[in-house]
Amino acid sequence: MFRFIVRRLLQLVPTLFGLSILLFIWLHRLPGGPETALLGERGTPESRAAIRESLGLDEPLPFQYGRFVKRLIQLDLGTSISTKREVTTEFLQRFPGTVELTIMAMVIAIGVGIPLGYLAARRRGSLLDQASVGGSLLGTCVPIFFLAYVLKAIFAENLGWFPTIGRQDASIEATHITNFFVLDGILTREWDAAADAIWHLILPGIALASIPLAIIVRITRASVLEVLGEDFVRTAEAKGLTERTVRRRHVLRNAMLPVATSIGLLTGLLLSGAVLTETVFAFSGIGAFIRDAISNLDYPVLMGFIMIIAVIFALVNLLVDVSYSLIDPRVRVR
Amino acid sequence: MTLAPGRGKKVKLDRLAELSAVRDDERGVSLWREAMRRLRRNPAAIVGAVILVLFVLVAVVGPFFVPYGTTDTMGIREGVVKSGQGIIPGPSADHWLGYDHQGRDEFSRLVVGARQTLIVGIVSTLIGLTIGVFLGGLAGAAAGLGGRWGRALDNVLMRIVDMMLSLPSLLLAVSVAALLGPSIVTVMIAVGVVSVPIFARLLRGSMIAQANRDYVLAASSLGVRGSKIAISHILPNSLAPVIVQATLTLATAIIEVAALSFLGLGNPDSAVPEWGLMLADAQPYLGIRPGLAIYPAVGIIITALGFTLLGEAMREALDPKLRR
Repeated sequence: MFRFIVRRLLQLVPTLFGLSILLFIWLHRLPGGPETALLGERGTPESRAAIRESLGLDEPLPFQYGRFVKRLIQLDLGTSISTKREVTTEFLQRFPGTVELTIMAMVIAIGVGIPLGYLAARRRGSLLDQASVGGSLLGTCVPIFFLAYVLKAIFAENLGWFPTIGRQDASIEATHITNFFVLDGILTREWDAAADAIWHLILPGIALASIPLAIIVRITRASVLEVLGEDFVRTAEAKGLTERTVRRRHVLRNAMLPVATSIGLLTGLLLSGAVLTETVFAFSGIGAFIRDAISNLDYPVLMGFIMIIAVIFALVNLLVDVSYSLIDPRVRVR
Repeated sequence: MTLAPGRGKKVKLDRLAELSAVRDDERGVSLWREAMRRLRRNPAAIVGAVILVLFVLVAVVGPFFVPYGTTDTMGIREGVVKSGQGIIPGPSADHWLGYDHQGRDEFSRLVVGARQTLIVGIVSTLIGLTIGVFLGGLAGAAAGLGGRWGRALDNVLMRIVDMMLSLPSLLLAVSVAALLGPSIVTVMIAVGVVSVPIFARLLRGSMIAQANRDYVLAASSLGVRGSKIAISHILPNSLAPVIVQATLTLATAIIEVAALSFLGLGNPDSAVPEWGLMLADAQPYLGIRPGLAIYPAVGIIITALGFTLLGEAMREALDPKLRR
């Protein structure tokens, strides 16, 4: 197991390397550049050249790339061109919000999706089954940002059950250590701060969870249906095991493999969906920062962002592969 | 297997492989014909098909019959629409869905927007399909038939596809927008390119599964060249999941396009109505006239649902596990 994880982590290196080269060339090929963002349309050719020189953008691309890699090895992503602050600092401040939102959405999607998919399969053809199949078809067809607006309009603005915007109420004076607001609240034992942060996560979390939830329900249902038809389930029932044991040991366990795979693949979708949701709820995560970085062609920020996304994506999928062997002892990771 | 009856006949040996791949399309037992038969009996497929027929009809014919021009700001000219003061009249006998925030007829814009949405969905799916089928087909052919070099080529191609998979669609869209300026073409390219990995992986997987079938062995033992086997034998037999995926991708493409328009990457000029842009434009007026957001959103949802229903039903109909 340990060797498997180490090998997979090592395999990540060439993929990241290739990705970074492609991106580096692609981003630097784009017209415009940070000097346009800094000077606007007014800059003279001389002042533009001066800025490019001060940022080291006049050097040959391979040279710039070499510098990028050298810093990357030291976990230094450089300095943001527009905010003049360390990219790592910026990310540490903003990424936790997005990660919290993504985790919240995942918890909702898995926590509701797997039981619902399971029940739908067990009571095939029932009202519950039809409702969850129909609901999951519909769920993939509703644009996230529209759902976010509808939820916000109904539950936050009209009913006032949830806060409309932000990550935490301004009146709460919370101490922030990690910038994961929920975690901070728990660490500092400021329970009301943690609860308030969770409260702010619920509506955006539901909006973001809609598509993954629909997919998880559908896959769980199909997978459980397939397992229920297997001989070993009939055998287990025939030898007199209680329904609980059959359900836990035989059905659910065998049905979880495809579900785990889909969860791994959904991470990428969730992270880009988070940007849309953050916009609607004015949630201070990475979304707005990345949108600005894109329009200003803030190279260090963009490169760093994609590298981090790629690493997260790879790590989540590694976790999924490791979980296979926990779910199914026959799967040996090598 | 449906191929079985053809094999018993005394046919010329060197055409055996072609026959097993092509000939069963001409007889009643073909995969596609059986799938059609099962599709017709599936209520979800009927509903999906009806939605799509209506949508295509509206998109193709509708714009010729709309009551008003889509750029005519009659509401402001006549002084009935004052968006700044929060006055946007709702549905009436003359304007079935009321005015939009610039005093244009909402119903006309919705109908013309259907055409734009259909075009954008189809073009972006075609972009993804073309590149994906090319990459996946090459990788699948290389992996299935090519020996050591083939496996190496397959490996390189699939690593490229993996990298594309980890690129957030948003970033791709914005970098295309930086290159071409925000326009509907930008959005189509971005949405299309994002769907490339799915098509490539599906086709590759399906081709590798086909590479071990008897008819491939038959063809190759008859001395048919590897490239010919891949193109005229394996590829046609591997396309079913790709076609199903294309139907489902049409649904996601329409939604993705709306999302990118919403973020301001689409056509900045609202003269050509597009549902995503209409939805985005309606945001400031949600409190006054929520309908302006609801109409295009319902349009998007129903259309996406039509493609999804039909796609899922096709997947079921073509699934060999469910065939009787």
